[in-house]
Formats: sequence, C-alpha cells, structure tokens
Amino acid sequence: MDIPYTVEVRRDTGLTNGKIAIWLFLASEVMLFGALFASYILIRTGAPDWPRGAEMLDVPLATFNTIVLITSSITMVMAWASLMRRRFGTYRIYMGATILLGFVFLTVKYFEYSHHLALGELPSTNNFLAVYYTLTGLHMLHVGGGMAVNAYFWGPGAKLWKTNPVWFTNRVEHSGLFWHFVDLVWIFLFPTLYLL
Amino acid sequence: MTSDHAAASTTSDHAADIDKHVKVYIKVFVALIVLTVVTVAVSYLDLSIAMAVTVALFIATIKGSLVAGYFMHLNSEKKLIHAVLILTAIFFVVLILLPVLTDSNGFWLDE
Repeated sequence: MDIPYTVEVRRDTGLTNGKIAIWLFLASEVMLFGALFASYILIRTGAPDWPRGAEMLDVPLATFNTIVLITSSITMVMAWASLMRRRFGTYRIYMGATILLGFVFLTVKYFEYSHHLALGELPSTNNFLAVYYTLTGLHMLHVGGGMAVNAYFWGPGAKLWKTNPVWFTNRVEHSGLFWHFVDLVWIFLFPTLYLL
Repeated sequence: MTSDHAAASTTSDHAADIDKHVKVYIKVFVALIVLTVVTVAVSYLDLSIAMAVTVALFIATIKGSLVAGYFMHLNSEKKLIHAVLILTAIFFVVLILLPVLTDSNGFWLDE
C-alpha cells in the first residue's frame, strides 16, 4: 500500500503528511533545546560567578563555524530550489556542498573538543563546561543526523527523483527544514555560549 | 480539480516564482553573515552583561526570524503550521521562565 498524502495535500490540513510531521517533530525539538536553555539560565543565574565565554572558548573558530553553518543553510535551500527548477545535476552539487559544510563544522568542533580535553577541561571540571559540552554535544548529534539524511537523499534516496519527482522534492524540503532548524539552534548557541 | 492536480499546479507555480525566491535567499544569506559579524564585533565592546545579553539575543532573534521566515518558508506557510508553532512558543516561554518562577526567591514561593 502506498503511503498516503506524500504528494497530494490533505483536504483537512491543507498540507502533505510529511510537512505536518516534520513541523511537529521540530516543535518537540524546540522543547528539548528549550529545557536545556532553561537549565543553562538556572545554573548561570544561580552561580556566584560565571566566566565570559570568550575567556574559555575560541571565538574566531566558532565565528568561522557559524559562517559555515549559515552557508550550509543557503546551499540546502538552493538544493531544494534546484529540484523545483527540475535541475537534478545542480541539486546534487548543492546537496553535496551542504553535506561537506556539515563535515567542516564537525571537524572544527573535533579540534575544539580535542583542545579542551588536552587541557583537562572535562564536563565534570565546572558547570560552564558541563553546559558547553551538553548543548554543543546535542547540537553536534543533530548535525550528524541531518548529514546522514542528506547523504541518503544525495545518494541512494535520489532514485525516487526518476519515479516520483514531486515526492522527492517534498522529502528534500522536509530534510531542509530540519537542517535549517539545526542552523537556527546554533544561531542562539553561538552568542549565549561563546560571546556572553 | 483533484488534489493531485492541485499539488502539481502548486509545484509549477512555485517553479515559476523560484528565480524571485532565489534572489531573496541570497539577500537573507548576506544579512545573516553581516549580522554574525555585528554580533561578534559588539561582543568586543565593553558593555555591561545585561546590555550584552540584550543586544546578542536581539540580533540572534533577527537572524533566527530570517532563517525561519525565508529558508523555512514560514512567511508563506499554512495556518495549521503557524498554530502549532504559536502553541510551541507559548510552552517554550513557560519553560524558559520556569527557573524564575521556581527560584527560592521567586515571587510566590517567598510568601
């Protein structure tokens, strides 16, 4: 049996099922990160003193990573736009670039983590580092998850383009919504952890 | 018109508008980069922590709105999605305020 409402919209919601599903999932993600942000506020406001992010973390490296993630967001939306223009070759280039930029982001984070760990700065060292590792660690898991889905749509999942291009375009749009959300979370993580 | 046809016609309408959308995406991208530079530059000013938090979160909110509005197409999304997100936003605000409300010096627990 075919999955219903992948291409045609439901009369009651005005949406495909995939679209409403990804937004409901993102709503739950807002609450997940929201709980951690609330914990961060509670711990920070309750602490007698708290280091400024720049004293503990590498701001230029994180600025570079912010630009990398923002760039990956535009390549992601351009991948979707390429499918809307029926240019599959261009889609592959943009989607490939998005995956590559995700890889660059994770590589930079690897060097950041390695640096801290080499200095003996562990999550157990202090509350600042506990918050830093928890929030950036969870965010990195999301980057990795997004990359895996995007890699599937770049590779084997792209076969769907030949048989059902509209469904494939919708899938890429939904994957993009997740990717932009991951970018959005970083937009708030970057100043709150590194700059304040 | 069947719903299949409706979806196909929506797709072709989007295809016709897509060049216009791409120009907007590029403008949004430039704005996001500029705002990132501004955020970092402001952090080097000698602002009080309260002012620094206000400015940083203000810029982050603008950046987040640009991503959500244009890259995630929220500014042209269906009402149901907006309804879901309004509900989420209400719960999110409550969640963020929980530390304030449950603090030992909170306004009701202090009675």
